[in-house]
Amino acid sequence: MKFKFLALLMLSCLMFGVAGCGSTGDSGKKEQVYVYSWGDYLDPEVLKIFEQETGIHVVLDEFDTNESMYPRVAEGAVHYDVICPSDYMIQKMIGNNLLQPLDFNKLPDAKKYIGEEFFKQAETFDPGNKYAVPYCWGTVGIIYDKTKVTEPVDSWNILWDEKYKGQILMQDSARDALMIPLKLMGKSMNETDKDVLAQAQEMLKKQKPLVQAYVVDEVKEKLIGSEAAMGVVFSGEALIILQENPNMAFAVPKEGTNFWIDGWVITKDSQNVDAAHKFINFMCRPDIAVKNFDYLGYSTPNIAVKDLEENEEYKNSPIAFPSPDVYKDQETYKYLGNQMDEYYNNLWMQVKVD
Amino acid sequence: MFNKFTRNILLTPFLIWAGLFIFVPLIFIVWYGVTDYDGNFSLGNIGLIFERGYLDALKLSVELALISTVACLLLAYPLCLILTERQRDNTTIISLLFILPLWMNSLLSTMAWQTILEHNGIINQFMKLLDLPTFHMINTEGAIVLGMVYNFLPYMVLPLFISLSKIDRSILEAAQDLGANSWQKFFRVILPLTLPGAISGITMVFIPALTTFVISALLGGGKLLLIGNIIEQEFTFQYDWHVGCALSVILMIFIILNMLLTTAFDPMKEAGDEH
Repeated sequence: MKFKFLALLMLSCLMFGVAGCGSTGDSGKKEQVYVYSWGDYLDPEVLKIFEQETGIHVVLDEFDTNESMYPRVAEGAVHYDVICPSDYMIQKMIGNNLLQPLDFNKLPDAKKYIGEEFFKQAETFDPGNKYAVPYCWGTVGIIYDKTKVTEPVDSWNILWDEKYKGQILMQDSARDALMIPLKLMGKSMNETDKDVLAQAQEMLKKQKPLVQAYVVDEVKEKLIGSEAAMGVVFSGEALIILQENPNMAFAVPKEGTNFWIDGWVITKDSQNVDAAHKFINFMCRPDIAVKNFDYLGYSTPNIAVKDLEENEEYKNSPIAFPSPDVYKDQETYKYLGNQMDEYYNNLWMQVKVD
Repeated sequence: MFNKFTRNILLTPFLIWAGLFIFVPLIFIVWYGVTDYDGNFSLGNIGLIFERGYLDALKLSVELALISTVACLLLAYPLCLILTERQRDNTTIISLLFILPLWMNSLLSTMAWQTILEHNGIINQFMKLLDLPTFHMINTEGAIVLGMVYNFLPYMVLPLFISLSKIDRSILEAAQDLGANSWQKFFRVILPLTLPGAISGITMVFIPALTTFVISALLGGGKLLLIGNIIEQEFTFQYDWHVGCALSVILMIFIILNMLLTTAFDPMKEAGDEH
């Protein structure tokens, strides 16, 4: 919530045409690169190493949702060079001409170390792999308390089980919420048929009395504290929760899940395209990728990381390094256009107001 | 006290402030509220309140704000009465205790309530320790009202306390001498004399309670949306400033209504008009 509140404050800043914090002030002599990434999404030490090696100072700003990031970049109030949005948002930004194609000659490490299957999956939102280099990826699944849930968890259906009334945590985001009933119906998570979507919404409304809360980042603390019996979480979050609370287990339902990818992109109006490429390439370097992986716990598309990883628990974790059949044939979110986006958001809002 | 010229000079900073940070933003909000994406005039955004179940959210907001205002009033009156009847040196400590929570960020104190009320929260752990049944209050309307009362009670206590302590004690003694019992003394003497304080307290509790989105988000678990939450979501997630501003305009109408109502009942206003 704190971040949402901050985001609101920042929006009000934008409204008055005031450039927000960390904007392109007087850069002085030093070369700078402006990076806009998810909160806590890279090891701070990595930035220091980058500055030591290249002499380029990294100015890092953070966002908490793709949706709060987008207006700041689209309005052009702050000029960022490198951003790390998710799949469907990258597609939206490409479509709205906010990004520039990458020069892969300047990204030798990306070509060398980023797994081919991830570039292939990235084509769903970035055809031809022109704009984005995958940074983190994962799935969405159910994390559950083994002491409270004794039956096998392999289906999204369990989230509609009356037994767990008041014990279920759901993601508070339109796409992630609707993805679950859509998958249960055997439909695509990029569904645009309004009748199908209405049915999915109906299922969520039916589920609402069973839900304890709709959560975003708080989900981690709540599950670590055994506040609920189960919750819908991203695989990276699951890894953190499992470390803190050994009673928990994570399952990816058989109906299918979202194979999400966050990637590095360079903005159209980047002031320092060269430094931006250097930064992205640096993030793909195996020794740096390991540091980030250790810090984050999110699965990495970097194929060199597993061999370099020293923490055995992480190295052998099927959540951090799943076998290919977990993510094979899974869908990735696509940008469905402004109108459909709004439609999804309204469906979700009505579930919450209901 | 000042001549006209100095008065104008002294007034200028405030006028600039009010113009830049009150009137201009207000015009922006109304402008966004009554236009659509292409900048054409449209009342469609305001009409949205009747669709999408937003009216229910508004109703819930008014309801919860009213309940918390009444609760604050009922809690504050006895407290202030006791405070004024006590010796002076005690009152400073007690009123300090009431102001103290205001020094802490309300976001933090609301988060603290979250940990207190949770299923595995402080209260329930204590109950479990004593083998008593646990209770479930988090993510309910009751939890939101509790959060509102906790956060806004000082704003009711302070104006009430001030207007109560201004009452000349000899007036109360006179009422007793003339045979009024405690209830009569309260309803016929104290209540009318403290009405202005109560009214400013009501305004100061009702309006923030009506517009809050932090308390309901933290203690309502995202399942109970107040109108403030919907406005916040329209701005941050939907990125639809037109709808967000239209809803803000509607909320402002409610606030203005509240102020009109309270001034209409304010007895001091008539007294002021005579001057």
